[in-house]
Amino acid sequence: MFQILHGTDIPFMRYRRIAYLFSGGLAVATAIWLIVHGGPRYSVDFTGGTLLQIRLSQVVPADQIRHALDEGGYRGVELQQMTGENRNEYLLRMKAGAQGDPIAGVQSAIQKQMPGVTVEQRRAENVGPKVGGELRTKAIWAILGSLAGILVYVGVRYQFKYALGAVVALFHDVFVTLGMLCFTHREVSLTVVAALLTIAGYSINDTIVVFDRIRERAKALRKEKHSRVMDIAVNETLSRTIITSLTVFLTALALFIWGGEVLRDFSFAMLMGVGFGTYSSVFVASALALDVWIGLDRRKGIQAE
Amino acid sequence: MITHPYARRFTVWGATMRADQLKLAGVLVATALSIWFLYPSFRYYTLTPAQRQALPPGDLASLRRKAVHLGLDLQGGMHLVLEVDKSRLSAEEAKDAVDRAMEVLRRRIDEFGVAEPLIQREGEERIAIQLPGLTDRQRAMDLIGKTALLEFKLVRTPDEARNVWSRIDAYLAARGAAAAAGLDTAMRRSPLTSHFLEIDNPAFVRQEDLPMVEKLLASAGLDSVIPGDSQLQWSSPDQGARGVTGRALYLTRREPEMTGGSIATAQAQVGLEQANPASWGVSVTMSPRGRADFARVTGNNVNRHLAIVLDGEVSSAPVIRERIPSGNASITGGNFTVETAKDLAIVLRAGALPAPVHVIDERSVGPSLGSDSIHEGFTAGLVGTALVVIFMVVYYQLSGVVAIVAMLLNTIYVIAALGGFGATLTLPGIAGLVLTVGMAVDTNVLIFERIREELRNQRSVRQSVEMGYDRAFRTILDAHLTTLISAVFLFQFGTGPIKGFAVTLSIGLIANMFTAVLFTRMIYDFILSRGKVERLSI
Repeated sequence: MFQILHGTDIPFMRYRRIAYLFSGGLAVATAIWLIVHGGPRYSVDFTGGTLLQIRLSQVVPADQIRHALDEGGYRGVELQQMTGENRNEYLLRMKAGAQGDPIAGVQSAIQKQMPGVTVEQRRAENVGPKVGGELRTKAIWAILGSLAGILVYVGVRYQFKYALGAVVALFHDVFVTLGMLCFTHREVSLTVVAALLTIAGYSINDTIVVFDRIRERAKALRKEKHSRVMDIAVNETLSRTIITSLTVFLTALALFIWGGEVLRDFSFAMLMGVGFGTYSSVFVASALALDVWIGLDRRKGIQAE
Repeated sequence: MITHPYARRFTVWGATMRADQLKLAGVLVATALSIWFLYPSFRYYTLTPAQRQALPPGDLASLRRKAVHLGLDLQGGMHLVLEVDKSRLSAEEAKDAVDRAMEVLRRRIDEFGVAEPLIQREGEERIAIQLPGLTDRQRAMDLIGKTALLEFKLVRTPDEARNVWSRIDAYLAARGAAAAAGLDTAMRRSPLTSHFLEIDNPAFVRQEDLPMVEKLLASAGLDSVIPGDSQLQWSSPDQGARGVTGRALYLTRREPEMTGGSIATAQAQVGLEQANPASWGVSVTMSPRGRADFARVTGNNVNRHLAIVLDGEVSSAPVIRERIPSGNASITGGNFTVETAKDLAIVLRAGALPAPVHVIDERSVGPSLGSDSIHEGFTAGLVGTALVVIFMVVYYQLSGVVAIVAMLLNTIYVIAALGGFGATLTLPGIAGLVLTVGMAVDTNVLIFERIREELRNQRSVRQSVEMGYDRAFRTILDAHLTTLISAVFLFQFGTGPIKGFAVTLSIGLIANMFTAVLFTRMIYDFILSRGKVERLSI
């Protein structure tokens, strides 16, 4: 049989402090970014406003379009030219509250300045501020709800000493993925929230695999040090942790590369979430479980490390 | 402790079956059902346009109903959420305003001719509308957003109007509003009328002067100088007078003589204006009661102007030459094109909305982006699947092939279930389907790794397979349940496309318990039942 990562004996737990620093650092960086920017960059789904994707019959430099928009009285429009094959496509974002019909207005403004160019509307979203606010509330409840649901499940299934690590890892994965979206200037849209929720449900899978093994091994290897038990369990399950993530990673990667512009932020979030989920099942969930385990034993007066 | 799988027997509908027979029967039934549900989708989406033409319309419609529905983000189209503005309605009128508005909108959309529109009530004051395949956004917005309140109002005589114009001038001059608005000293004594091309009823205002005049007319307290039974009323935009464009300002009676409620039918027509025989307009025929009212109104007001006001803007104000008993009127002067005239006729026939509606959420996807999305989603799915297939076959060899067959079966079940439940496939749904490919083989990876472990512990192939499945099961169940919890919350929260994602993900997870656990187990049982197996390709 062809196998990778079999018979490894990596002392993962020895490096857990470095991992805490790394994860903690990422989480703090995310938090600072969010505080400085007043939250993530929300898409029109959540802020209200207008998103317009147009395709012109020829490639026009962005500043010419900017000029046409200014002439038409549309200042403060965020303009983004797409890259690669779609260089003749442009994304325009406007804040809510424009007079009249901004979608028609912007198109005619461009048309007016460039008579020879045809403007094709690929996508238009026009969300009222009220709807945006409602969707934001709903999204927050959905995220909190599903996290709570998974928490309850984990709490029932595992003892406290494991549950805490699993829970922290879960929040870590979702939060750090959000951070990655922020750092790469991506927008949090409805589909991205869907990705975050999926990550919450999926990233805990690897943790479950490792924890089931830790529980099994903890019974069999009573005499060993706690950290050794952990390392054995993690090493034994390492190949499946990596492989299960790899298969999902491959499909998410295919979506990221070939799945088109509309799904790009979604698949980016999935890629990040799957990656961090794998890492955190070892370095956050298991490592924290170890520290809780040691702490509990020491409180009982038992020497443990 | 290991029970031999063939020792277990089950009774189904009075017939005793061995466990493996039961499983086989289950898989065969599920697969047959899936193919049954998939077939219409396969037929419908592989039809060439010519074949589609050749099919009887009834058959085509039933085929389309049974096929997997594509969301608006894939086939292109427009999704609107409207809010009915009940603020100006009495409690009695407000009660069924949304239902009446939906009725009116349904009639308008039916006449407009969109295939399979969806009009749904959402909560207390909202209406959601889906218009698949719609390409002309502007036209749809005009058709849906127009209140289409038609009023016939008497125009005040020129003397009455001049009187009001000068009273407004005096009021504005006294208040210093003109100075505040930044007008020249010369214009300060007659701030309003100095902007008029002709001081008459209607008065005409040039395009460039419109913002200033509108600002002046918005001055506080101006209502006090306009008689209570009269009203200022703008014409529709882009009118021409003496070779310049602008808008006309009318002084009309406040109370309409008649409203659009008395209309029986409306038609777009060319040549309604004698002066402008090539222009389009809408001819209106009144109901019998409306005809009597119209005869009375026209009879009492010969030689006066009657303004035809649509949604607060005067379309035209022809002079009444004589009593009109026929109940025919025409709406002209709105710079109509064939299309806008036809659409106005549609909305007039369908009736006015009981209250104005505001579009609070609009999402349109052009057909080109929709088909690009299908293409890209399909490509990503194929590449993703190929990558997973290569990995699984290289890594797990023949067992990898078993997992791949299970995964393909899983995908077929999911698409079939979408068709069978009448669910909608959206772009996030395709993403869910692609991700499911990766998640589906995870289950088998967990089982295979366990089996490998048992094999390394020198257990027999049969024992290893048994234990691999038994021991991995709990972990697999947990993993599925947590993801399912997320999917359920996602469904609760989601709008259309996201719901599509939650649905594909959920069906995929449930079907996966069947294909990746039960189906693959059946294959191994079959292999193992054919005698002693020394080596397992895993």
